[in-house]
Amino acid sequence: KSSVQTIGEEQIQNPYTELLVLKGHQDIVRFLVQIDDCRFASAGDDGIIFLWNAQTGEKLYELHGHTHKITAIAPFSSSDVTEEKTDLIITASADRTVIVWDCASGRQVQKVSCFHSTVKCLTVLQRLNVWLSGGSDLCVWNRKLDLLCKTSHLTDAGISALVELPKNCVAAAVGKELIIFRLSASNNGSEVWSILEVKRLVDHQDNISSLVSVNDLTFVTGSHIGELIVWDALDWTKQASECNFWDSSVQPDVQPEIKLSQSPHETSVQHLTSDEECVFAAVGKGIYVYNLQMKRVIACQRTAHDSSVLHIEKLPNRQLISCSEDGSVRIWELREKQQLPAEPVPTGFFNMWGFGRANKQANQAAKKIHENTPAYFLELVGDLIGHSSAVQMFLYFGELGLATCSADHLIILWKDGERESSLRSLTLFKKLAQNGDLQLKL
Amino acid sequence: MISAPDVVAFTREEELEDDLYREPPLPEEYSVPLFPFAGQGANPWAKVAGSKFTRDFILISEFSEQVGPQPLLTIPDDAKVSGTFDLNYFSLRIMSVDYQASFVGHPPGSAYPKLNFVEDSKVVLGDSKEGAFAYVHHLTLYDLEARGFVRPFCMAYISADEHKIMQQFQELSTEFSKASECLKTGNRKAFANELEKKLKDLDYTRTVLHNETEQQKKANDKGYYTTQAIEKANELASVEKSIIEHQDLLRQIRSYPYRKLKDSEFHPYEPECALDRADVGSDQDPAASDPAEPGETHLYTHVPSYTPKLIKAKSAKCFDKKLKTLEELCDVYFFTQTLDQLHHIERTFRGDVCYLLTEQISRALLKQQSVTNFLFEDVSFLHEKPPEKQYRGCQGLGQDAIDEKCLEESVAPKVIISLGSYKSSVECVPIKMEQEMEDSEEPKMSESVTSEHQENLDYLDADIKGSISSGESIEVLGTEKSGSGLTKSESQASLPVMPSPQAGRSKVGSRRTVSEDSIEVLSTCPSESLIPEDFKASYPSAINEEPYVDDDEGGLRFAPRVNPGVDDGQDDVSKQESLVQVDAACCIGKESPNFLEPLAELGQKPCEEDGVVRIPPQPYRPAEQGLRGGFPSHDGLSGGLLPYELDSRYLSGSREVSKSSLDECSDSTSYISSAASTCSDRTPSPAHLGSAAGERHRKRAGQNALRFIRQYPFAHPAIYSLLSGRTLVVLGEDEAMVKKLVTALSIFVPNCGAYAKPVKHWVTSALHLVDFQKWKLIGLQRAVSPAGVNVLHALSRYSRYLSILDADSKTLRCPLYKGTVVARLADHRTQIKRGSTYYMHVQSILTQLCSKAFLFTFCHHLHLPISEREPEESVVNRRMNFLKLQLGLANEDIKIVQYLAELLKLHYIQEPGRGGNPLLRFDYVPSFLYKI
Repeated sequence: KSSVQTIGEEQIQNPYTELLVLKGHQDIVRFLVQIDDCRFASAGDDGIIFLWNAQTGEKLYELHGHTHKITAIAPFSSSDVTEEKTDLIITASADRTVIVWDCASGRQVQKVSCFHSTVKCLTVLQRLNVWLSGGSDLCVWNRKLDLLCKTSHLTDAGISALVELPKNCVAAAVGKELIIFRLSASNNGSEVWSILEVKRLVDHQDNISSLVSVNDLTFVTGSHIGELIVWDALDWTKQASECNFWDSSVQPDVQPEIKLSQSPHETSVQHLTSDEECVFAAVGKGIYVYNLQMKRVIACQRTAHDSSVLHIEKLPNRQLISCSEDGSVRIWELREKQQLPAEPVPTGFFNMWGFGRANKQANQAAKKIHENTPAYFLELVGDLIGHSSAVQMFLYFGELGLATCSADHLIILWKDGERESSLRSLTLFKKLAQNGDLQLKL
Repeated sequence: MISAPDVVAFTREEELEDDLYREPPLPEEYSVPLFPFAGQGANPWAKVAGSKFTRDFILISEFSEQVGPQPLLTIPDDAKVSGTFDLNYFSLRIMSVDYQASFVGHPPGSAYPKLNFVEDSKVVLGDSKEGAFAYVHHLTLYDLEARGFVRPFCMAYISADEHKIMQQFQELSTEFSKASECLKTGNRKAFANELEKKLKDLDYTRTVLHNETEQQKKANDKGYYTTQAIEKANELASVEKSIIEHQDLLRQIRSYPYRKLKDSEFHPYEPECALDRADVGSDQDPAASDPAEPGETHLYTHVPSYTPKLIKAKSAKCFDKKLKTLEELCDVYFFTQTLDQLHHIERTFRGDVCYLLTEQISRALLKQQSVTNFLFEDVSFLHEKPPEKQYRGCQGLGQDAIDEKCLEESVAPKVIISLGSYKSSVECVPIKMEQEMEDSEEPKMSESVTSEHQENLDYLDADIKGSISSGESIEVLGTEKSGSGLTKSESQASLPVMPSPQAGRSKVGSRRTVSEDSIEVLSTCPSESLIPEDFKASYPSAINEEPYVDDDEGGLRFAPRVNPGVDDGQDDVSKQESLVQVDAACCIGKESPNFLEPLAELGQKPCEEDGVVRIPPQPYRPAEQGLRGGFPSHDGLSGGLLPYELDSRYLSGSREVSKSSLDECSDSTSYISSAASTCSDRTPSPAHLGSAAGERHRKRAGQNALRFIRQYPFAHPAIYSLLSGRTLVVLGEDEAMVKKLVTALSIFVPNCGAYAKPVKHWVTSALHLVDFQKWKLIGLQRAVSPAGVNVLHALSRYSRYLSILDADSKTLRCPLYKGTVVARLADHRTQIKRGSTYYMHVQSILTQLCSKAFLFTFCHHLHLPISEREPEESVVNRRMNFLKLQLGLANEDIKIVQYLAELLKLHYIQEPGRGGNPLLRFDYVPSFLYKI
C-alpha cells in the first residue's frame, strides 16, 4: 500500500563512497562473522569458509572441509590466561559435521562428525569455556571438542536458535516452544557436566524465528507471525509482548490476541537486535523500534524495504542498518520528532468541522501520552546498492566499513572513501620514505 | 643580425611573392637561390624532389670478386621504390667506402691462413647527385671458396633525408648491427659446416690418395719413385697441409664466439622463437653443429650425414664458378631472420625524421614519468623487451634516466642521448609521418628539449654553416667499437644532436655552392669529433636570446610562446595568415604524384589547432625556414610552453583564410587514404606491427572524439564522468554506432593500472557492479527482448554509479559539470580537424592534468598533518586551497584531479606482485538528464 521511502542520489550523510567486491564464493553467502578487529569470516551454501581482511579486502584463507552448505558459524576466541590468544571459528554444516578452524593458520583443528542431524545453531559460552551445538538435540562441548553432555532427542525440526542466559542457563527455540536449559558442572573439577531442562515456555503461537538477549535481565523472542515477547532472563516470565506490528496505532500492553489475516511472511520477525533501551525488530518489510521501558513501539518504518528485511543492526551513533531481500542495504537514523505537526488522526479532518466530538476525549488521551514521551521516527539517511540479489547479512566494522554478503555470491566491503584516501596517502608517504625519498622507481 | 633565413623566399609566382619582391633587393650574400625544382611546379616542401627514389629503402650490396660492386636486393623489394635510382652506381659508391681493416690470408710469420674477425664498419655517406644519403653498414662474410675466404657485403639504409640518417645514426647502427649479427652468426655456422665438409672431403681424398700411393708402392718394385708417384706424394702432402689449414680455420671459426663473448658489447644473435626445423638448411652435417653455440646445436641433429667427395688436386679458384648466394652463405633460417629484421628496420624508420624524433623524445620523457605515465598512455610499449639485446650504452643511459629525476634543462641533453639507445622503443615507433614536415624540423625537435643547455653552441646557424662548409656530402664513419651503442662515457656527449648542425651545414652548402665535391669526415670516435671544433665556434648567439624558443636555424619563427599575449597573438595571426595562404596555394590542385600525398597531409595541417598546429610544412629551402610556427612540446619542457595555454581562438583570424583549403582537404580519413593509395610513393603511416593498431586506433579515436564533441552539446559532462572515474555506459541498438562512440570516448579514460584500458566496447548482458569496477566505459546493447528489460533494469538500479549516454535518443544522464578543464579539452568550436591532432591535443591536456594530480598526490602536507596536533580540518582546508588556488581548479575539476591522484596512489602503493583489488569509488551526487 504505502510505497517504500526512497532517498535520492544525493546522500550527504552516507559515508560509504568506496567499495570493494570480494569474490570467492560460488553460492549464496549467508554468514559473516567477525573474528577480530580486522578480520572476518564468510560462509554460505557452497560449504567454503573464507577469511578476509576487512581493511584491504584481501582473502586470507579459503577453508575447505565441509561438503554441504554451512548452517551455522560461530567465532570462538579464547583469551585464556594459560595460553596465547587463539582465534578459532566453529562451523556446522548440513553434512552433519562441525569443524573447528584456526584462523591464524587457516587450518582445520578438529572435525566432529558424530551428529545425528544437522547442527543448526552454535553458541559459545565464553564464560564457561564451552560451546553448544543445537540440532535435534543440544550438545555441550569443551575447547578440545570433548562432548561434555547432551540432551535427549528434543525434536526432529531441531533447535533453531540458542541464546545464553545468566546463571548458566541457555534458552533454545524449538519450534513454538522456548526451552530453558541449565548447565551444571560438578564441583570436583572432574569435568562432569550435565544439562537439564528447566522450563518450557509455550507462549508463542508460531515458530520462534529469532531470539536475542538484551541484557542480563531480559531477552526477546520473535515469531513467524509477528509476536514479540520480552522475557525476564532470570525467572523466564513474560514481561511484555507485542504482536501487531502492522498496526499503525501505538497500543502498548495489548495481549497478543488479535491476529489480522496478514500473510505470515509479511509479519514474520526475521531478526532482532537491541541496545540497552530498545529492541529493533525486522518484521516483514518493516523495521520497528520497541522501547523496553515504555513497552511500546516508539518508531517504525513499515515498509523499509521492497521485500523482507533479513538483518538489522544498531550502530553506536543512533543509526540503524538494515538489509533485505531486495538487495539493498539501508541506513536509518532514529530521530526525535520535534513536535507533532499533524498527528495523523483519521478523524482529524472531521474534527475541524465539529464532527466526531465524541471521539475527542479519546484523542486527547492519546495525545497526552505522546506529549510526555518524545516521539521518534526513522529517517533514511542512505542506501547502499551493489548486490544484485538478497543481502543476507552484514557486518559492521566501525570505521573500517561495512561488509555485506548476498545471494549473488559476493561480499561487498563498503568503505568511507575519504578515510581510505587519506590512509592511502599515509601508505604512500611511508613507502616513499622506505624507497628513499624521491627515488621513485617502478 | 640579419641573415639569410630571415628572408622569406618563395618559389612560386604568387601575389604574395610579388609583394615581397617589390622590396629592395637583398645583398647578394644574403640572397637565397630559388628552389631548383620550382620550375616544374613542384611542391617546395617535397624534399624528395631531388632524389630519384620515392621512399627510403634498404639496399644490400656485395663487392663481388667477379663482377665488382653489385646490388643484391632492396627492401622493400619493389621496383617502384628505387625508381630510376641507379642501384649499381650507388652500390659502387657505398662499397667504395669500406674502411674495414679486413685482412685475411697468410699473415707474415704465420704458416696458416688466419681468419680476421673484423668489426663491422658504419659509415654515413651522401651523394648529392643522386640526392641520396645512406647509412652504410659493412660486414664480411666467410666463404671458403672466396678469395681470402671473405666476401664483403654491405647493407645500406638509403634516404633522401640526410638529417634522418644523421640523427638516427645510433638507432640505425644498433638495428643494423642486429641484422648483421644475425647474418654473421648464420654465416659462421654455414662456414663451419662448409669447413667440416671440406675436411671430410680432404680426409677422404687423403685416404684415396694414400691407398693409391700404397698400391703404387706395392706395384712398383723398381726401388725408385716414378714421377707419378712423386706427384701423388706431393698431392698427398698438399692435401695434408690443406687438412691442417682447414682444421685450423675450423678451430678459429669455432673459437670466435668464445672470444667475442668476453667482449661485453658482443651479443650473439639468438633465435627468438623455437625454430622450425624445416627452415633449417637440410645440408647440415651433424658433426657440423657448432660446439661453440650450444643453443643452436640441437637444431641440426637430424640432418642426414654427408658423403665425402674426392677433391681434385687443382681446384683452383676460377672465375667461372658460381659464387654462393647470400642465402647460401648464411643458411636459410638466419637469412630470413635477417630479412625480417631489415624489414623491421625499414618500417621503423619509414617516414619523416621529425616524427621519429618526436616519438622518441616523448617516449623517453614518458618513460621517465614512471609515476604518472600509466594513466593515459599505453605504457606497454615502454616496458617492451627493453634490455634484451641492448648494448652497453643503453644500460648506462637507463641509469642516467633514473639518476635525473626532474626534467630540468640539465637533464634534457641526456634525455636525447637516451633516445639514441632506446632502441626497443624505436622498434615499435608507430610511424606516422608527416611527410611534408621538413628536415629542419628535426633539430628543433631535439633542441626544444635540450633547450638552453645546449644553447646556441650546437645550433649551427644555417647561413654561417653554409659559408663555412662547402662540402656537399658528408660521410661520417664510425667503427663498431665506438659506433655500436656508444659506451657510457661517450654517451654523455649528445650524439644525436650533433649531426644535425652538421647536416644543416652541409645542406646549406649544397644550396649555395653547386660544387660537386664531397667531404668525408672519417672518424673512429663519432661522438665528439663529429664536429670539428672550429665548426662549433662562434655562432651568432643573438638569435638565441630567448632560450626557450626553439630557435634553431635562426629564422623568424612564429612560435606562439608562453602565454601568448593578445597582441603577440595577433601579430602572429597576420603573419600566419600569409602563411596559410601559401600553404593552401601550394598544396591545392597539384596533380604531380610527388605531391598527392603531401597534399593530403598538408591539407590537414593547418586545420589543426590554432597556434599550436598552424604550422606550414617545412620547406626544403632554408630560406623558408622563417615561416614556421612553433611546435610546442607537450611535456612543457621548453620553458612552460604549455599547449593548454594556447587558446584555440587566439589565432582564429586565420581561420577564414585557410577555410577553403581546409574544407577541401578536410578531415575525412577516406580522402587521405585514397590519396595515399593513389600515390604509392612515400607511403605514410606504415602498418607497423606492434603499435600500428594503437596508432590507427588513436587516429580513429581522435576523429570520432572530434565528431562527438561537435555533435553532442553535452560532451562535457560525459567526458567529465570518464575523467572522474564514473563509469559511462553508451547505450544503443546499433553495435557499430555504440562502438564508434566508445572508441571516441576511450581516449578520455584514465587507466587504472599498467594494463589495458578499462574500456569494454560491447556488452549484451545486464551489467553488474563488478563491471563498473573493471570498466569505466562500456558499450551496452539495448534490446527489446526480456533480457533487454533486465539490462535496463540493472542500469536503473546501479544508476548512481553510472552515467548513461543513450546513443539512440541522444540523451545523457550524468552529474553536472561546471569546471573548465573539459571545456579546454573538448571545445566544440575547436579548429582541429584531424583525428590524430586532436588526439595529441587531448594528450597534452591530459598530461597536464596528470602533472597536477602528481603534484597533489605527492605533496606531503596536503594529506598529512604538519604537526602531531594539527587537526584534520586544517589539513583538509589546506588540501582544498591547494587544489583551488595553486592548481587553479574549479568546481568539478577538483574531482578529476582527486580521482587521478587516487589512481596514482593506488598505482604507487600497489605491491608489484599483486594485482590489488580494484575498488570502486563513487559519489552520491544527483544526476541530470541532458538532451540535444
